[in-house]
This record gives sequence, C-alpha cells and structure tokens, in this order.
Amino acid sequence: MSNHEHTASIKAYVIGFILSIILTIIPLVLVLNHMMAKSVLLPVILIAAVLQFVIQLFFFMHIRDGEGPRYNVMALVLGLIFVITIVVGAIWIMSFNSVVQ
Amino acid sequence: MQQSASAHVSNHDHGHVDQEGLKILGFWIFLVTDCLLFATLFAAYAVLHTHTNGGFTGKEFDKPGFIIETFILLISSFTSGIAVLFMHKGNKKALLGWLIVTAALGAVFVGLEINEFTNMVHEGATISTSAFLTSFFTLVGTHGLHVTVGIFWMIGLMIQLSRKGITNVTKRKISVISLYWHFLDAVWIFILTVVYLMGVM
Amino acid sequence: MDTSHFFVTGDPMIYGADVSIVLAVVAIVFCLTYFKKWGWIWREWITTVDHKKIGIMYLLAALLMLFRGGVDALLMRAQLAVPNAHFLESEHYNEIFTTHGTIMILFMAMPFMFALFNMVVPLQIGARDVAFPALNAISFWLFFIGAMLFNLSFVIGGSPNAGWLSYPPLSESAFSPGPGQNYWIWGIQISGIGSLATGINFVVTILKMRTPSMRLRDMPLFTWSTLASSIAILGAFPILTVTLAMLTIDRLLGGHFFTSTAGGNPMMYVNLIWMWGHPEVYIVVLPAFGVFSEVVATFSKKRIFGYSSMVFSMIAISVVSYYTWVHHFFTMGAGADVNIVFAICTMIIAIPTGVKVFNWLFTMFRGRVRITQPMLWFYAFVPCFLVGGATGVMLAAAPADYQYHNSYFLIAHFHQVLIGGVVFGYLAGMYYWFPKIFGFKLNDRLGKWGFWLWQIGFYVCFMPQYALGFMGMTRRIYTYNASAGWDMGWAPLNMVSTVGAFLMGIGFIFQVWQIVYSIKHGERDVTGDAWDGRTLEWSIPSPAPVYNFAILPEVKGRDAWWYQKQEMKNGDYQEKPVKYEPIHMPKNTGVPFIMACFFFIAGFGFTFEWMWMGVAGLIGVVVTLFVRSFQYDTDYYIPVEEIERTENEYRNRVLSAQQTAN
Repeated sequence: MSNHEHTASIKAYVIGFILSIILTIIPLVLVLNHMMAKSVLLPVILIAAVLQFVIQLFFFMHIRDGEGPRYNVMALVLGLIFVITIVVGAIWIMSFNSVVQ
Repeated sequence: MQQSASAHVSNHDHGHVDQEGLKILGFWIFLVTDCLLFATLFAAYAVLHTHTNGGFTGKEFDKPGFIIETFILLISSFTSGIAVLFMHKGNKKALLGWLIVTAALGAVFVGLEINEFTNMVHEGATISTSAFLTSFFTLVGTHGLHVTVGIFWMIGLMIQLSRKGITNVTKRKISVISLYWHFLDAVWIFILTVVYLMGVM
Repeated sequence: MDTSHFFVTGDPMIYGADVSIVLAVVAIVFCLTYFKKWGWIWREWITTVDHKKIGIMYLLAALLMLFRGGVDALLMRAQLAVPNAHFLESEHYNEIFTTHGTIMILFMAMPFMFALFNMVVPLQIGARDVAFPALNAISFWLFFIGAMLFNLSFVIGGSPNAGWLSYPPLSESAFSPGPGQNYWIWGIQISGIGSLATGINFVVTILKMRTPSMRLRDMPLFTWSTLASSIAILGAFPILTVTLAMLTIDRLLGGHFFTSTAGGNPMMYVNLIWMWGHPEVYIVVLPAFGVFSEVVATFSKKRIFGYSSMVFSMIAISVVSYYTWVHHFFTMGAGADVNIVFAICTMIIAIPTGVKVFNWLFTMFRGRVRITQPMLWFYAFVPCFLVGGATGVMLAAAPADYQYHNSYFLIAHFHQVLIGGVVFGYLAGMYYWFPKIFGFKLNDRLGKWGFWLWQIGFYVCFMPQYALGFMGMTRRIYTYNASAGWDMGWAPLNMVSTVGAFLMGIGFIFQVWQIVYSIKHGERDVTGDAWDGRTLEWSIPSPAPVYNFAILPEVKGRDAWWYQKQEMKNGDYQEKPVKYEPIHMPKNTGVPFIMACFFFIAGFGFTFEWMWMGVAGLIGVVVTLFVRSFQYDTDYYIPVEEIERTENEYRNRVLSAQQTAN
C-alpha cells in the first residue's frame, strides 16, 4: 500500500475539504437567496454537486491509487452509466404522467 | 502417460494472492452497487416528489437543519481522512482519536436527522401522508441508516484496533470503512442538491 | 394481521404436503441421529466454505425446486386441459402460477447457475478458491433460507397469488392483505442479497484469482460468460432490493410508493421491477451460452470459432440487456417515443446472440463431432432457442405487441427461450461437469430417454400455445368456456399442450432415475479427464482435491489443457521438477448458516407483521456480522505431506487404470 503515501497526504485532504466547502456554500447561497432563475439554478447546483463528487473521489477516496488494472475505476464508470440510465430512464418513461394530467 | 498440469512450478510466488487488496476491490464493487441502490431511490423520488397529496411540500424543509447536517457530515469525512493519514504513519493513538471524532460527528448527524424526522411527523408529515413523503423518508432515511450502521461498524473496528494494533488486516479494515464513510458523504451531496435545495427552490 | 388461517386448511394437496414435510423432517433427523452424522453434516456441509461443496448444495436445491416448480406446472396444465374444469379454483390457480414463476426463475434457474459458477469457474482459471469463500457460503445459505421461507407459505399462512412479479395495486395491503405477499417479498429479498454477493465474488475471483500466467484473453468462454453475467447481476440486483423494500414500506408502514391513492404510482413499480427483470433473464441465459461454448468445442475436438466475437457478444448482451426493459410493458402507456427506443434496443440484442449461434455451428464444421449427452442438449437448444428468439423479435415490434402482450403467444415465447436456452444449457452443463464434481458420468441410456421425452414434450406443450395466443387466449386465466356462444375453440390445443407437459414431467423422472442409478453404476472417471477436455478443470482429479491445484498451472494460451496434452503426446512437453508448498486455505465457519437463520427469523416475523420478531432477527444478523468481524483466525495451511499423499494417490489410480486398460 505504499502508493497510498502519495495521494493520501494532509495536503490532499485539506484541498479536497476546502474545495468541497466552497462547492457546498455556492449552491446554498445561490438557492437560499433566490439569486437566479430556476431554470439556470438547477443545472448550476447539479454541476456543483457532480464536481464535488469528483473532487471527493480523487482527494478523499484515492481513486487513482493502486497498481495493476484499475478495476475499481472501470466498475465506477460502468456503475455511473447504470445510475444515469436508472434515473433518467425512470424520469423519461414515467413522464407521460404529466402529459396525461 | 502422465497427465498432470500440476507438475509445474509456478514461476512467481503469486500463489499467494494479495488478500487485502482483494477485499478492497470487492468493497469498491459493493460501493458501486450501493450507488445503484441510491440511484433507484433517487429515481423514485424524482418521479414522485411532486405528488404531495395536498400536504407537506419541499418548501417546508427546515433550512438550518439540513445545512448543519451537511457541514457536520463533510467535516466527519475530512476527519476520517485524517485518521487514515495517522494510520499510515503507524500512530495508533491518533488514529483512534480521529476515529472517535468521526464517529461522534456521525452520531450528531444521525441525531439531527432523527430530530428533523420527528418534527416533521409531529407536524403531520408522515410516511403515509403522500408519495412525496414516502420517497423522502425512504431516501433520506436509507442514507441515515447507512450512517448508523457505519458508526457501529467504526466502534467495532476501534475495539479491534485497540486489541490488535495497526496490522495489515486492521489497515485494510480501516481503509474499507473510510471508503464507506466518504461514499456516504458523496451520496449526501446529491441528497442535499436534489432533495433539499431543489425542494426549497 | 389476521392469523386465524395460520395453517393453510381445506385442501387435500396441502394436507398431503403437511404430512410429507413432517415425515421428511422426522426421517432426516432420525437418519442423522442413527448414523451419528450430526457432526459430519455440520463440519462437512453446513459450515463449509469450499466452493465445490457449495456448488453441490446449489445443484441439489435447484433440482428439488425444479421438481416443485414442475409440479406447479403440471397442476396448471391439468386444470386447463378441459374447459370449465374445477380441479383448481381460481384463487388456488393464481397461487400456483405465482409460485411456479417465482420458483423457476429465482429458486431454480439462479441456484442452478450458481451451482455451475461454483463447481467450474475456480477450476477453469487455475484458482484454489473464490475470492471470498465465507461470503460464498453466506450467499448459499441466504438463498437456501429465502427458498425455505417462500416454500413455507404453502402450508403456513398461504401462498402469494399476485403473479411472479406481484404488480401493485394488487400486491398492496389493500388488495392482498395477509402473509402470502409478504412471503414473496422476503423470500426473494433475502435470496437476492445472496445473489448480489455472488456477483461481487465472481467478478473479483475472475479478475484477480486467475493462475498468474492466464491473461483475460486466455480464459475459457464459460468463465467469460460468468463474468458477463456477474456484471449484469451487479447492475440489476440493487434495483430489485430497493423495489422490494419500497413495496414493503407500502405494505408494512403505510407508504405510498405504488398505491393508487395519495399520489402513489403503480406503473413506477412495473418500471423498476423490469429494470431488474429484464437483465435477470440475460443473467441466466449468458452462462448457458458459456456452457455451450465449452461443450461444442470439446465435442467437436476443435477450438471455438471466433473467440473474440464470442467475448464481445457476451459483454454486448450483458450491457445492452440493460436497455430493453420497457418491452415488458409497451402497452402501459409510456408513449410512442419511449416504446420505439426500447423496441429497437430489444431487436438489436438478437444480433450478438445470432453471432454466437453461427460461431457454434462454424466450430462444428470440419470438427470431429462426438454425440454425447451434453452435445445432445446443444442440438436441442439450437432450433428451440432460435424459434423462441424469433418470436421475441416479433414481440419486440411494439405495435404488434399490443396484440401479443399477456397472451399465450407471450407465454410460449418466454418458455421457449427460458427452457430452450437456460434449462437445456444448464442441463448440458450438468451432464458435462457431473463427472468432474462427483467422479462418475451419468448413464447414457436413461439420459437419452429423459432427453427425448423432454424434447417431444416441450414442442407438444408449447407450440400449440403460440396458436392459442393468436386465437385470443390470455395468460393467467384459470379456466375457459366452451359452451355454445362462448367457445373460442381453445379446448383441443389446451389438451394437446397438457399432454406435452406431462411428457416433460416423465422426462424429468427419467433424469432423477438416471442420477440415482448412476451413483452405483455410472462409469467412473478415474483420470479426471472424462471427455478428453480442453480446459484446466480436466487436468486435475475427479472429484478435485480440496485445494484444487497442488501447484498453480502455467498457461500458454487458450484451451491450455488441450495444448499441453498435444505437447505431451509429441514429446515436446517439459516436465519441471515438482516442489510442493503448504497451501493457504480458508477455515470452515458457522457464521453464514447462523446469519441465514437470523434472516429467516426476520423474514418470518415481517411476513406475519410481528415487528418484534422481525427486528430481533435483523439485530441477530448485525450481531453475526460483528462476530465475524472480530474473527481473525480464519485460515489454515495444508501441509506438504498431505498434498503429496493426495497427488500420489491420484497418480497411482491413473496408472493402474491405464494398466488395466492395457
């Protein structure tokens, strides 16, 4: 586990922590102060969320660590494809409701 | 004629697979399936969140509550990382100390959430009030259950650490739970965004 | 909950079941006590973490469940043989089609598949065990307890009757109060956790436990199919877990996910359950394809044609199957644009499947084909699955499906692909690997009787059902009319179909007889290479020693064992000096079984809505997890002397067999 020593440094955790705080505060401030139109706000906070997720993957969960084939990364990518399929698929398929209403 | 593929000498000593690395990969894969679990809950929430049945809506979420919960969990994710750093340095006392801080923050998070849920129930917003509330309580509650399980798990590991010290096996166990803990914070990012922020928008 | 009907009453068949269950339990307890085998069964089977034994237990369970599900089928066919029959009343008929479907897919096909994974994959990749042996045992016992719980409903509390997928609102507490529906939920939920764990186990095993010289592209195709199927398991089963939990929340806690009031959406259930359900059927069919790849190559004495396209097609099937689920509910009103996309994806998946069939046929071309039992089942598979697949493409045309949906045309289609693909494939696998696991082959003559009865029975049973579908007969009706003015002309074909079903039943009886007969009279497999095989599992004794490989094999390419044999024949093979080392093995543990028992308590409690019992069971599960976490002494080493003894014994057996042959 000597690779851990490289990404798992106090620097990495602090940077990750600060970036996460920033990416939390921005959406909070924007939403609670109604600073943008809803149609703009929505993608902004979603992007902030995805960014924070990626940052935590790198800085907290050390996704780049390890030798050999990155099976954990492959699993994560496939998993995220499935996540999007499940959520977007459900919303799309079930949206006929709004048409019927 | 001899028939034995076993009359071979394996040229590396990889007869011994890296047991600990195996378990970490297995746990990553489990976390991906846990992502799918939450994805399904999010999908249901996305479809049902407008079905408020004339009752409690997202606009009534307790804002200070979810903001504090968010920062507590984020800090606990950070402290679990600090704990792991000390583990790599071989400092058992510091490791245990930071794990206790992490678990304590987790307990505060769960306490705040239980408080939030109880208040909602007292206001008449229960799991049977509407499809929106059913999916809210289930999604957020499942996350809270995961955190609760994590706290007990952490306590168990802390006991094992104090008995066995920092070994290859306990290192792997701490790495696994720290992955789990970070994952829970990652899921919370989306709960914050999709449930609470979109709710109060 | 109304538990005045705790014990199911009023039906002679159920009383018969009660009596048989009690007798069976008494007989088992008596035998174990009389022969003093309690210690043996605990040590050798209940606490085992050996994948080979776990595979045997899965196989036994699958065959028992095949029997139960088959009896369900025969009961249904008996009821439908003539119009206006009163053999089964509607409620009972509904319970039977529900249990038939649930058992066949979840408690027969899945364990049969896991049996093959466990018996074969570690041996094919030159490994000594799976990545997580204790988790493997947990998977088995969770399946076992889930199946037990489900089967219990027959005699205690009453069976579920809302179909094998339990659509709401019918499956909600308003319309299905009582334990039946809860049995369904908990039986599958508990077993499903085991399935997910198996998926994780085999992905990690295949990626990380191969003998070091075996690259991914040297792996046998059955192992590839296991990988593809396991990946699909990982993608699909979490959805099932959540959907079942949501239904439970509706039923137990008054939630409104899928209710018809307070904003619930029953169609959401259908959407989610099929997001799992469609990948599920590909999960079970991919390993069948894997079996055929092994069987066809071995019995054509030829390398499989198009190995790379075989691998790509399996992965393509595994991933694309994730994008077809709406075809199960084209008629529910998701809209034309949704229907089109899923119709096209559904049709696309026929392409990689077709590629595989062509590759198998091309493998046989110019091969030296031997007709053995496994090969017979391959021959049967080709026309059967092809027709079943073709009717699938017909169903995939969304507008046409408005006519076919939920008619007997659909029933005929899915039985054809499930039986023709999955069952025939798994039976071929069972016949093929039986000697490796048990040390003897299954008798040919009885096997042929079983085979032909199955074939003839299958076509006689299901071909008329396509016609019945066109004639308007819908599924899940417990009877039909033939009196004047009401007669749709269904009666003759239904009678024919019933005859076919009973032929299959007799075929199954021959197979059971075949197994029992072969225990004593089956041709013994002395060399470990019963079929002159091509892959590593045939290079070790039958049955394999507990450690599988005394020394990890060195692999130079695909069909490693075959090419090594050729080298040995040509005198090119360089035998290196044998140096054994102690082998690291996992210890047995009672934790998996005990955990499963707590799951049973939880499931039983929640089924009857006795929350105290349900929660107590769950606490028990958590406690067992804790106990396991504190167990550090989980491995041991097999000493060199023992390995030497086992290997020498095997070598002597082979030599003396060769001498007697000469």
